[in-house]
Amino acid sequence: MARRLLLAGFLGLLLISPLVASEFHITLLNYIGLYAIVALGLVLLTGVGGLTSFGQAAFVGLGAYTTAYLSTAQSLPGWASMLGGSPWMGLLAGLLVTGLVAYLLGLLTLRLSGHYLPLGTIAWGISLYFLFGNLEFLGGHTGMSGIPALSLFGIELRDGRKFYYMVWAAVLGAVWLTQNLLNSREGRAIRALKGGVVMAEAMGVDTARSKVLIFLIAALFACVSGWLYAHLQRFVNPTPFGLHIGIEYLFMAVVGGAAHVWGALIGAGVITVLKQWLQDWLPRLLGASGNFEMIVFGVMMIFVLQRARDGLWPILTRFVPQREAKREVPQGDALPKRPVPESGRVLLEARNVFKRFGGLVANNNMSLTVKAGEVMALIGPNGAGKSTMFNCVSGVDSATEGEVLFRGEAVTHLNSRQIARLGMSRTFQHVRLLPTMTVLENVAIGGHLRGSKGVLSAMLHLERGEEVRLLAEAARQVERVGLRDAMFELAGSLALGQQRTLEIARALCADPCLLLLDEPAAGLRYMEKQSLAELLRKLRGEGMGILLVEHDMDFVMGLADRVVVMEFGEKIAEGLPDEVQRDPVVLEAYLGGVD
Amino acid sequence: MDLQIALLLGQDGITNGAIYALLALALVLVFAVTRVIFIPQGEFVAFGALTLASFQAGKTPGTLWLLIGAGVVVALVDITQALRSGTPGRIPRIVGWNLAYPAAAAAIVFLLRPGEFPLLAQIVLALALVVPLGPMMYRLAFQPLAEASVLVLLIVAVAVHLALVGLGLLFFGAEGSRTPSFSDASFNLGLVTVSGQTLWVVGASLLLIVVLFVFFERTIYGKALRATAMNRTGARLMGISTVMAGKLSFLLAALIGAFSGILIAPITTVYYDTGFLIGLKGFVGAIVGGLTSYPIAAAGAILVGLLEAFSSFWASAFKEVIVFTLIIPVLVWRSLTTRHVEEDE
Repeated sequence: MARRLLLAGFLGLLLISPLVASEFHITLLNYIGLYAIVALGLVLLTGVGGLTSFGQAAFVGLGAYTTAYLSTAQSLPGWASMLGGSPWMGLLAGLLVTGLVAYLLGLLTLRLSGHYLPLGTIAWGISLYFLFGNLEFLGGHTGMSGIPALSLFGIELRDGRKFYYMVWAAVLGAVWLTQNLLNSREGRAIRALKGGVVMAEAMGVDTARSKVLIFLIAALFACVSGWLYAHLQRFVNPTPFGLHIGIEYLFMAVVGGAAHVWGALIGAGVITVLKQWLQDWLPRLLGASGNFEMIVFGVMMIFVLQRARDGLWPILTRFVPQREAKREVPQGDALPKRPVPESGRVLLEARNVFKRFGGLVANNNMSLTVKAGEVMALIGPNGAGKSTMFNCVSGVDSATEGEVLFRGEAVTHLNSRQIARLGMSRTFQHVRLLPTMTVLENVAIGGHLRGSKGVLSAMLHLERGEEVRLLAEAARQVERVGLRDAMFELAGSLALGQQRTLEIARALCADPCLLLLDEPAAGLRYMEKQSLAELLRKLRGEGMGILLVEHDMDFVMGLADRVVVMEFGEKIAEGLPDEVQRDPVVLEAYLGGVD
Repeated sequence: MDLQIALLLGQDGITNGAIYALLALALVLVFAVTRVIFIPQGEFVAFGALTLASFQAGKTPGTLWLLIGAGVVVALVDITQALRSGTPGRIPRIVGWNLAYPAAAAAIVFLLRPGEFPLLAQIVLALALVVPLGPMMYRLAFQPLAEASVLVLLIVAVAVHLALVGLGLLFFGAEGSRTPSFSDASFNLGLVTVSGQTLWVVGASLLLIVVLFVFFERTIYGKALRATAMNRTGARLMGISTVMAGKLSFLLAALIGAFSGILIAPITTVYYDTGFLIGLKGFVGAIVGGLTSYPIAAAGAILVGLLEAFSSFWASAFKEVIVFTLIIPVLVWRSLTTRHVEEDE
């Protein structure tokens, strides 16, 4: 409630400030709004997605220059003439140009490891800045003037006071779109990027696509800000689109709180006001003129990253009563389910799989099958190659030699995302969760492939029907594994055993017909193990195939239908639990030989 | 363009390329050891050149104040830490390096009129002022974040760069400086005249590369750095201090940067913010080498120098555009040749 009041107060202040504030303050607020739009894109990119760009100012420049050129050019070539004259066409063209450039740039750099993107954006920011300054038809370093004012419903937005509403409508629109996106299936996929690509891909998320998407959205936000800037200033030159401004945008996002949508507004406000103030005072203090605020910003930034890496927003929200977390279990119709394969049919077949890492043979001629409606246990001493086998089967890694068939299809060279789509789901030996998301949201990531609505409908909240059904499905899985009481807790606050159970719920949310569990009972207490065994028996009864890697012999022997034993990468025994337990070779592997 | 111009441009390109190669080596070194993408490298170039120029103009270089200031802050931080961790025995060493050393440097600058020193002594003194800023920077900005992600370290590096550019403006003003050549000799080789300064730059770069090679191959500290670069945890378990490795790599990078600045100051006018662009060109070279390979990085840097020289002839206004757009095909090439596999965190 208190948060709602605060938001209402903020909006009320925004609404009335043009009526009371001075010209100077209106200008300042306008700029804060323009910067906030860019910073918001960086929140999505950096704080949420874990990528970053120093070149956002160049995208702002693309938006500004496109509309400046189109709305002032005397004679456009024939094919472009329909774009001329109107600022709105300028916006459209700017979005197209920016989108295209960002898409190409993202495609090129996002495949490489993390730091190539920011480096690429630095180079790109510089080269575009020099390009703006050296192209005759863009006015060179002097820039372009005479850009027409915006008109809205017949009102010409000539002065800053009128333009103010335009800017802040855009800011609030961008905030709304971003928040909608983050609270959706696509948003969860984006938030999963920070938890590592392996988990997200295993849940069916196309992480490369998600990365390009947020880079694109951030660039388009920057472009809108540039478009507004051009029609507010009605003059553009290269200066505000240089690399140092690009760096400043990133500072805004980081200082405000890069993981929070409102952090972008706080950051833009703080940096803009501080810059204004420092530019007034520092030259007087130092007795020389120049951009000395850079020194303060640089030092401040280092301090923020060392001492309060989450920025100002989390510090501010400490003083605000926390929102009562929604504790209502989502209800909705069931999602369509995959037809269950008939019990006893072979689901998974690995034939003569070899996996070599250089000279090390981690899997040496491994074969195994898993049928629908059975629990198959893969056991063996530490370092026997069980997890490697798991990775080969699930597409996290691919076998050097041999063949893996899943439901009759060869999947040896498919990636984990493609295999997930066929109905295989897994958990990880080292828990891979998103600690700052709730249990319910974590589980919903497992259902990624069961939704189909894209980013655009997510941003506009046109996918609520599907979203409710997805969350309801996730809630059912949470209840199924017995985590009902923890549904709205943060995943990071759970005990290790519960986190493992959560991973099972996430895998189940994908509606698999084969479940791969990597040491699910490790860290569980006796009672928890009992209920886990109960759950697995129930799943088996429903016709699910389960491949289990486990060390707890009581657990395995009481549950498994068949057992495969590995040692040094090779299969040394296979059979019913009782047979395997009596097998002298197995006894030797586990207990050592009697010489 | 005739052969003579081509040779002239080639000479220009190789001279600049040699500088970029030095910087690229430093960038690869710092990245390998500390995972910091060393954006402030360029500031060392500018500070080196401008400190030397200040001596020659008979002025007190601003870097002296920076050295004293940074020394005081490092001493405060380190002494607090030494007292808290109950190791007051470290204090004399801390005071020695961070307070006494800058004080001694100040004494030389104020009492001995470095403006009248021979060039070599001026160069040594300039390096003595600028190079210790490297480890001090590591201590203040990066050491507390040594375990942070590459991305956080990169943002910090950019922040440090920004602060130093501002300080550069404060200390040296907006005017550029140029220093006299190391040698006025020139050699006529048929079509082309090779200037003595070019030979100095190329020769000094080669010498530095050889020295670095010997350092890494033959000395225990060089091997410690290489070990840290390969495996931080492993190196630490073998008793190699990662703090020492970090400071040492920053020291070397600062030395290479400042020395590069001194080498090019006679060729081009250096402003307080010139270093950034020079450093970034080293970067383009380093990226060609994937930030890991020294020889490819050096070759890439020479290529950048040549590209820059020739594009300044064909389309001088677009020189920077061309050089920095080169990074795009390089990234394409890298993305096609490397298959990036995510490691476990």
